[in-house]
Amino acid sequence: MSCWETIADYGLRSVGIGERLLPRSDFTLCQQVVLIGSGMIWNIYFGILALCGGFFLAVATAVGKASGNRAARKASEWFIFLFRGSPLFIQFFFAYFAFLSLKSVSPVFDPFTSAGLGALAVLFLNTAAYSGEIFYGALQSIPKGDLEAAEAYGLTGWTKFRRITFPTMLRLAWPAYTNEAIFLFHATTLVFFSGFPAWQQKGDALYYASYFADKTFNPFVPYPIVAGYFILATLVIITLFGAANRRLNRHLPQERRAKLRIRPMVIR
Amino acid sequence: MLSCTDPQSLEGLSWLACYLTTGKHMAFYTSFGTVLILIAVTAPVSLAFGFFGAMAARGPVPVRWLGQGYIAIVRGVPDIVFFLFFVIALDQAFEYARHKVLCPDWDQPVRQGNDFIVCAAAKLPLGTAPQWLHEVYGFALAVITFAIVFGAFAANVLYGAMRAVPRAQMETAEAYGMSPRQTFWRILVPQMWVYALPGLSNLWMVLIKATPLLFLLGIEDIVYWARDLGGTKTPQFTEYPHGDWRMWYFLALLVFYLALTRVSEIVLGRLMQRLTLGQATSGGEAQRKVAA
Repeated sequence: MSCWETIADYGLRSVGIGERLLPRSDFTLCQQVVLIGSGMIWNIYFGILALCGGFFLAVATAVGKASGNRAARKASEWFIFLFRGSPLFIQFFFAYFAFLSLKSVSPVFDPFTSAGLGALAVLFLNTAAYSGEIFYGALQSIPKGDLEAAEAYGLTGWTKFRRITFPTMLRLAWPAYTNEAIFLFHATTLVFFSGFPAWQQKGDALYYASYFADKTFNPFVPYPIVAGYFILATLVIITLFGAANRRLNRHLPQERRAKLRIRPMVIR
Repeated sequence: MLSCTDPQSLEGLSWLACYLTTGKHMAFYTSFGTVLILIAVTAPVSLAFGFFGAMAARGPVPVRWLGQGYIAIVRGVPDIVFFLFFVIALDQAFEYARHKVLCPDWDQPVRQGNDFIVCAAAKLPLGTAPQWLHEVYGFALAVITFAIVFGAFAANVLYGAMRAVPRAQMETAEAYGMSPRQTFWRILVPQMWVYALPGLSNLWMVLIKATPLLFLLGIEDIVYWARDLGGTKTPQFTEYPHGDWRMWYFLALLVFYLALTRVSEIVLGRLMQRLTLGQATSGGEAQRKVAA
């Protein structure tokens, strides 16, 4: 069987298109690369949707934590503490079993017991909390002069936030936010190991890699393949966020533009 | 004293008290200890790994590539991939090494199709070994795996901290005629900790939050027991039948971790205050002004 046939059979296996049964014996390198690559579809799905949705909640949380309103501040602080203070792995487990129990209360929760929606909800809240803390830190370090200048020009309220506070916050937070995006993307590999079932063996990259490692008892092929895919994905993220960073900083004089460090923090 | 001999007759709180003190629950409570031991053992070991990694990254060229490569690779790849990889890879590496030493006249290949076969004498732990030895071996593999991954993180933090120590301090030491080795140990190492602490405390939090992954390495940890104990129990197999309580067990784990991270946060904050004292940093300067 040529590699092209394998791609046709297994290229979209993780979303249920193509061959129904996974390969069982005589695994070729091509099969491993294709199937693990097909699993990456799930990682990209979780990563992009959680990050895009989480962005808005994160901004709201950061503004809430920095606001003078006591209720909004306390709510944001607790939200951030809850999701940053506990392991994502346990959050997945708890959410899955909670959705299972809620299913008997109302059929609304039925779709949430699948990984596609339930795990996405957890990842969304989780990244919102982490990014919210990053944005809050950036809000606190906006230069006082910028805000005073805005007021001198007569900008107030929403206009001031939209034109001055928000873009400056984003610019300051961007390197740390890039880091968060990378880590969120890495965190998507936990989904199928944490209670959420891989229905009909539709799983993510690491799910298929561990399938091969279990079957062949040889970790030296499938795991480096996943690693390769993720290094590639990390480079793509750094490129995209670097482009955004240049755009955010384009109004600054050349020497003051903050370069996105190629190797930012190693940990979340 | 409560009597738990006939659980069917018990009700309410006394039932709960008996339920929560069954043998399996005791194993569950012990596994919290396992997690704490893992943290206590892994933290210093990875700090040591990190220290050598950072030293290597500052060293002469071939060693530097090794050190920086170690730091860079762990960054690009999800840590869970490393956990799953190293736990099998280390086991096979140890068995293969023992196989080469203990059975030199074995002529069959070690990898036969989908099997990894070494001679009986090279098995780790030996097939005849008692159960506890198997558990200790599994735990040791987990500790080494954690140490390798977190060692790379720590290496990155310490490497940054070593570069953050003011250059003037090193130059002064050299002017006093200290050798490079003396400068490193007497000037650089004592001063780098205050620069490393924010990164290291962050790392400590990440380490705490990575401990549930022990479950994936095949250890009977708190996640294992929470799933096991929380599942629906029918009267046929247990004296304490109940529905699906896994949600509540995981809620308890969430609270445990929240408490652990909160306490760490407070302790690390105090430690930072202590270390900043008398340092040539803005924090140290602020403390001096308050005292004066």
